[in-house]
Amino acid sequence: MSLVCDNCQEAKATVHITDTIPEKRERHLCKQCAEREGVLIKQTHQTTADILQEFIKHKAGVGEMDDKSCPQCGMTFREFRMKGQLGCPHDYEAFRSFLLPLIERAHNGGSHHVGKVPGSAGSDAKHRTELTRLRRELDEAVRNEQYEDAARIRDRMHILETEVSETS
Amino acid sequence: MTLSELTHSTGEWLRGVGSYSDVVISSRIRLARNLASMPFLSTATVEERTNIYQTLAKAIGEVSNGSNALLIDIENAEAIDRHLLVERHLISRQHAVAEGSRGVSISPTETLALMINEEDHLRIQALRSGLQLEDAWSEVNEVDDKIGKNLTYAFDQQFGFLTVCPTNVGTGIRVSVMVHLPALKLTKEIERVDRAARDMRLAVRGMYGEGTEAVGDLYQISNQTTLGRHEEEIIDDFSGKIIPRIAEYELTARDSLAKHRGAQVDDKIWRAYGALANARCISSEETLNLLSAIRMGIHMGRLDLIDIPKLNEIFLFTQPAHMQKRHGAPLTGEERAVKRADYIRKQMVA
Ligand SMILES: [Zn+2]
Ligand SMILES: [Zn+2]
Repeated sequence: MSLVCDNCQEAKATVHITDTIPEKRERHLCKQCAEREGVLIKQTHQTTADILQEFIKHKAGVGEMDDKSCPQCGMTFREFRMKGQLGCPHDYEAFRSFLLPLIERAHNGGSHHVGKVPGSAGSDAKHRTELTRLRRELDEAVRNEQYEDAARIRDRMHILETEVSETS
Repeated sequence: MTLSELTHSTGEWLRGVGSYSDVVISSRIRLARNLASMPFLSTATVEERTNIYQTLAKAIGEVSNGSNALLIDIENAEAIDRHLLVERHLISRQHAVAEGSRGVSISPTETLALMINEEDHLRIQALRSGLQLEDAWSEVNEVDDKIGKNLTYAFDQQFGFLTVCPTNVGTGIRVSVMVHLPALKLTKEIERVDRAARDMRLAVRGMYGEGTEAVGDLYQISNQTTLGRHEEEIIDDFSGKIIPRIAEYELTARDSLAKHRGAQVDDKIWRAYGALANARCISSEETLNLLSAIRMGIHMGRLDLIDIPKLNEIFLFTQPAHMQKRHGAPLTGEERAVKRADYIRKQMVA
């Protein structure tokens, strides 16, 4: 016999709880009603598996990619699709063009790193990150008609750009 | 410092201080890092895994030199100790039950925990009570700089810090804030939080991470986007927008309960108090749910027989591993239920 939800009297009850207050009683709810009451936490975020699933549905030709493998660790793209985990840092290089749309989707359109860079990645990387940030600040300053700030940001960008092109 | 010594106090994140402490229990920031020269744990051999463990344990030892940090070999630790660390939020559930070479280094104040060989090679995390993300960030950031000086992290110009799971690349940062939302649950408005989470691309989880049960009306709110945004930008969002918005929802719901359903709220709070003060055997889940009502009662100014530090002590000490560790011997579920009720009764009259 399958229980019907105490609340909506329609859907199948899959969540069983024992209230102790105001009195001891058992209640049986369906998933939706349990989520509405906050007994179950509604999953609002996508897991890697969800993103992979969705991505593969919309992206034709991913099958051809399946047999490609990373020369360092040997992981194939198919294995990655199944597990949702990569095999070694080099996979990002080996599968870059296939990973990019997936990564963008997972990061709300983000495709380039900004923020901390490791000390060992050199000041070049640090400068590039700072440049990305400054570019954003410049847009913002121009939008808000803060032209003095914009000029100051442009000067700083100019210095960084020269240093980056000298070292690379 | 030993693990048993930890069980005498509640640790930093349960001190009950920090901004928005009437809604925010604790703040946490973690960074995911991997060694450039090693495969990810998904494909590492047993030897490689051991090698990673030793390399990182050594690097952490050098960085925390003289600070009296405790390095725990989780692979060889007793199950009870692993669960104790989960209850204290120093390691994840996954880290406790996984297999193979792995560990954690904990600072004496328990504000900093470095997990070795969890999902990624290294996860650096700082914990604080209330909303204190800036403080947590400065600690994590500094430790990351120091360790990164002696080791080469896996890093890519475009994708930033490389992680086993592409959902963590870029900064590798996860900001998570644990909030207590009893009034939103009572007024059945918890959907407002779901909606806010969807708008702002946040994940909502239960107290111990993955899993969907909202035990004790506690929710963990965390960021999902880690690529294309600065660490500080993500943190500022939490401190300036996300948490104030969610706290506002909860506090509005508490006000409305006080105004329109005062008797019912008092009934719930005081029955919870009565149950805890009189129970003769009680599960840890029921304890957490009753404590939730009492916590709300204290913050709404409707109950003052107990204060927040005491409540947090009961909250932590009644969890299964803490019960057994403090008792000094394993206890069955039934024995725990009786001991738990005895302990709580004593605390409620004291
Ligand atoms: Zn229903
Ligand atoms: Zn590889």
